[in-house]
Amino acid sequence: MAEELVLLDFWPSMFGIRVRIALAEKGLKYEYREEDLTNKSPLLLQMNPVHKKIPVLVHNGKPVCESAIIVEYIDEVWHDKSPLLPSDPYQRSQARFWVDFIDKKLYDTGRRTWSTTGEEQEKAKKEFIEILKLLEEQLGDKPFFGGESLGNVDVSLIGFSCWFYSYETLGNFSIGAECPKIIGWVERCSNKESVSKTLPDSKKVFGFVQELRKKFGLE
Amino acid sequence: MEEVKLHGNCFSPFSCRVTWALKLKGIPFENIEEDLSNKSPLLLQYNPVNKQIPVLVHVGKPICESMIILEYIEETWPQNPLLPTDPFERVVARFWIKFAEEMGPTMWMMFRTSGEEQEKFKKESLEMLKTIEEMALGVGDHEKKFFGGDQISLVDLAFGAHAHWLLEVIEKVVGVKLLEDHKFPRLHAWIQNFKQVPVINQNLPDSDQMVLTFKRNRERLLASS
Repeated sequence: MAEELVLLDFWPSMFGIRVRIALAEKGLKYEYREEDLTNKSPLLLQMNPVHKKIPVLVHNGKPVCESAIIVEYIDEVWHDKSPLLPSDPYQRSQARFWVDFIDKKLYDTGRRTWSTTGEEQEKAKKEFIEILKLLEEQLGDKPFFGGESLGNVDVSLIGFSCWFYSYETLGNFSIGAECPKIIGWVERCSNKESVSKTLPDSKKVFGFVQELRKKFGLE
Repeated sequence: MEEVKLHGNCFSPFSCRVTWALKLKGIPFENIEEDLSNKSPLLLQYNPVNKQIPVLVHVGKPICESMIILEYIEETWPQNPLLPTDPFERVVARFWIKFAEEMGPTMWMMFRTSGEEQEKFKKESLEMLKTIEEMALGVGDHEKKFFGGDQISLVDLAFGAHAHWLLEVIEKVVGVKLLEDHKFPRLHAWIQNFKQVPVINQNLPDSDQMVLTFKRNRERLLASS
């Protein structure tokens, strides 16, 4: 039976991006469907009735929800090419820990750098840099978190890089000044076709954030 | 001889999950009880990021975060499997494990708050319980003994921790009864099934002690807020 893959997604979502990169790493063909989050499709509501969120990967009609779970699923099913998780259980646990860390800390903190002002914003900027510094420590001297090639931590984190310009501009700070290693890592990732062909343009993301800010009355 | 140590606390639902998993698989381990108000230097060394229990230390290497520990245990000791082998069934299991993880903090906020604020968290928690009742424990007339079917799995351990604490702490200490039988018949049946598993039954924290400890904690919390 031919594999049928449909990805329900939203172009600037860093969570959707990680699924797109994972699919690209595995060389998988899929149908991309852009969701209007103000008017979600019946398919999305049917495939993710609990959370009604993107991304959702529909594989032969069956839904896989939650981006970190989707990435592990892709890695398990198409295990013979470009492994994203290590095979050693201990190293897998470490990789999962850092993806969990990114998911719990980076999104909210990043959001607060552009959606808050004053003291709250300053606090968010400081926390954001601290989180990236911890990740830099974890990266160490390796080219990627996954070692010599992209691993699930790289795939999970790189989607945030197209948001850096927005965080920096609206928060008035420089990520590169504080975390040069992360910027170096972003550049190395961007040399990979799966990443360069997937990452939306940072200025385009900025335009989207500006629209969001207008909507929330922040402009 | 494999060296397995668990830095935990008997009143922590997260710690209990790990104890249950190790015992269900028959893995011998050394339990190191941590005083959460005075964490050991070793714990802080093993979990510098979150500084929390549980931490599983296997042959000197630490693993943190209870559900990540459980996946590690499952992969390292495959006997008495606690996750399905089919990738799609694993997706479903992991989805509900994540849901349980997200439910935890909301429920615990009922312990940490009172009045109108608590009402808000109570409402959110009830909605999450409703989702589990209607969508995780069987659809229509098809009843499941455990979340994954006939066998206990990591999903049961994930929810079991919260369920037990809901009944013992939230109900007895905070005085908020969420799991009314008539509203959540499937959840009620599942909790009975869960607690009847010998390993679970024999490894639940002492109820009286736990109520006492959490009562003290809540008094302190509310006094300082």
